[in-house]
Amino acid sequence: MEIVRFSSVEAKSAQYWILLGTLVLAALVGYLAAHHMDVEGHHITGMSNQIVWGVPHVVAVFLIVAASGALNVASISSVFGKVDYKPLARLSGLLAISLLIGGLIILVLDLGRPDRLIVAMTIYNFKSIFAWNIFLYIGFIVVTAIYLWMMMERKMNRFTRPAGFIAFVWRIILTTGTGSIFGFLVARQAYDAAIMAPLFIIMSFAFGLAVFILVLQASYAWTRRPLGDALLWKLKILLGIFVAAVFYFVLAYHLTNLYATEHHGVERFILLDGGVYTLLFWVVQMLVGCVVPLVLIFVKPFSQSRQMVSLAALLVIVGGLAQLYVIIIGGQAYPLVLFPGMEESSSFFDGVVAQYTPSIFEILLGVGGVCLAMAIVTVGVAVLEFLPESLSDKALKLESATP
Amino acid sequence: MPYTLDTQEVDTARRSFTRGIVALGGLAIAPGVVLYHSAEAKPANQPVSGKQRWGMLVNTNVCQEDCDACVTACNEENGLWSLDRPATDAQWIRKLHVKDRQTGHVTSLPMMCQHCEHPPCVDVCPTGASFRREDGIVLVNKHTCIGCRYCMMACPYKARSFIHEPLQDQLPHSPRGKGCVESCTLCVHKVDRGDNNTACAEACTKDGHQALVFGDLNDPDSEISKQLKRHGGSQIRADLGLNTGVRYQGI
Repeated sequence: MEIVRFSSVEAKSAQYWILLGTLVLAALVGYLAAHHMDVEGHHITGMSNQIVWGVPHVVAVFLIVAASGALNVASISSVFGKVDYKPLARLSGLLAISLLIGGLIILVLDLGRPDRLIVAMTIYNFKSIFAWNIFLYIGFIVVTAIYLWMMMERKMNRFTRPAGFIAFVWRIILTTGTGSIFGFLVARQAYDAAIMAPLFIIMSFAFGLAVFILVLQASYAWTRRPLGDALLWKLKILLGIFVAAVFYFVLAYHLTNLYATEHHGVERFILLDGGVYTLLFWVVQMLVGCVVPLVLIFVKPFSQSRQMVSLAALLVIVGGLAQLYVIIIGGQAYPLVLFPGMEESSSFFDGVVAQYTPSIFEILLGVGGVCLAMAIVTVGVAVLEFLPESLSDKALKLESATP
Repeated sequence: MPYTLDTQEVDTARRSFTRGIVALGGLAIAPGVVLYHSAEAKPANQPVSGKQRWGMLVNTNVCQEDCDACVTACNEENGLWSLDRPATDAQWIRKLHVKDRQTGHVTSLPMMCQHCEHPPCVDVCPTGASFRREDGIVLVNKHTCIGCRYCMMACPYKARSFIHEPLQDQLPHSPRGKGCVESCTLCVHKVDRGDNNTACAEACTKDGHQALVFGDLNDPDSEISKQLKRHGGSQIRADLGLNTGVRYQGI
């Protein structure tokens, strides 16, 4: 491979400023929505004493999971020595940091007392995976920033591999921590499963790469820089493998649950008669987010089109959001079982499926977090040299492969 | 003039001065010493000890299906009121009706924080705001709760409520506020002032049902311990191994 030349994006065009302005505005609207929730209290949202985590958490967890996955592209080059991916490593690191910041901001702004962030940063209960996650998330930003520095500063290049290795191990632990938020909930029928941690790791591979592919394609199209087929096909095949792996873990999770009579209730709820959750599971998560992308990636003639790669990545993201909606909100909607085998009723919604309709404020906060992440990327690529000037097959000396 | 030792004259002025100084000093120190001792003797100023383990026994055999005196008493005691928003209104104690699908038999019982020995809410709380006192009462520190609601996800009993709106006119002994999580305190303010009973148990007794017995599980002579020894009692979700402080009979 020839030496790849990186350059920053010129922030001169009207399109650039319109893009950045829109993203910042949306992030600001998200902040105002959160502020309104803070002033009025959470009763104006769809969340309740039954559904305590709502759409903000779905989006935040998606961003956090995707953040660690986005770093995979860099890991493939520095840790696993696949030099073809090396030109993409910088963008991979930038995207990882940006997505994580977006997700964390959503989580913090949704707290009942966001003004007490300082308490969360200074008082720790180390038996709580949440407390560990605070360290893991902030550490991830620091580790990835150092990794980027090693990559981008010529004098430090020799440390890229160890820095990349630390970042890779860190991200695996981080996603284990995120999955364990649910894995450690002993009493909830839908959670309390050790498979949550590896499931979240493989979900991060798929979601992170899908976001990476879309950002890569958009930034190269909008900056009119060449992006060759060969690299895109590699990423596409990788996405297909990750999506298939997510399918395998989802299958293992549900089959294990189906074997245990104890879990038949919650499985019936998700898979058969859970209304919106059943619909989201089968139609959006499995069909739109899994089967269709696999067809687009592996079946001709779809697999020969660049647009179909974008579409597949977009559908993986849509399916991923649906998957997290089913896990996080569906898991809470199914009632807690206090007396197995008995029917329960009370004025506090015992024994009934909890209702949840997301409010506009929650949605705006979620969208705001996504836009903040993208705004950071937009500024980042203009300030520092994250993007190679060319990713054409010729520049990368890759063979123009046809899928 | 030669110095003589035979003088019998005593310097009375000096003696009375010394006596006066000692008396004054004693007078000055005495209240402090006395107060110090009496303060030490006050139970309210002593740290909570693990000698007690406060708990509750619910006899579902005598708990009336249509009675919610315990719920009303709790709401009044702790200043909880409904805003006619059932999904977000706080409930520290609720009446739960449990129907056996096979036989159709219905059991009615109050459900609240079970004051576990190993509370999942305390385990998951990132800031340690959820905590368990030495005497077994599980509480939320309203100064360090950040409102993340992880404890609500973790509680097997759905015992916790999040405050979804600004509150006014809270009771001094029951601090509550928007954005924090709260639950049954086992009337900790009453326990600490020596009432040795909870509002719900008092109300139940007053109504003549006597389905609720509050007491010290560690004291073999307490009513709750005697009843548990005589008739036994079970924990809800005992499979989780949490060793709850609230026990039930008749389920």
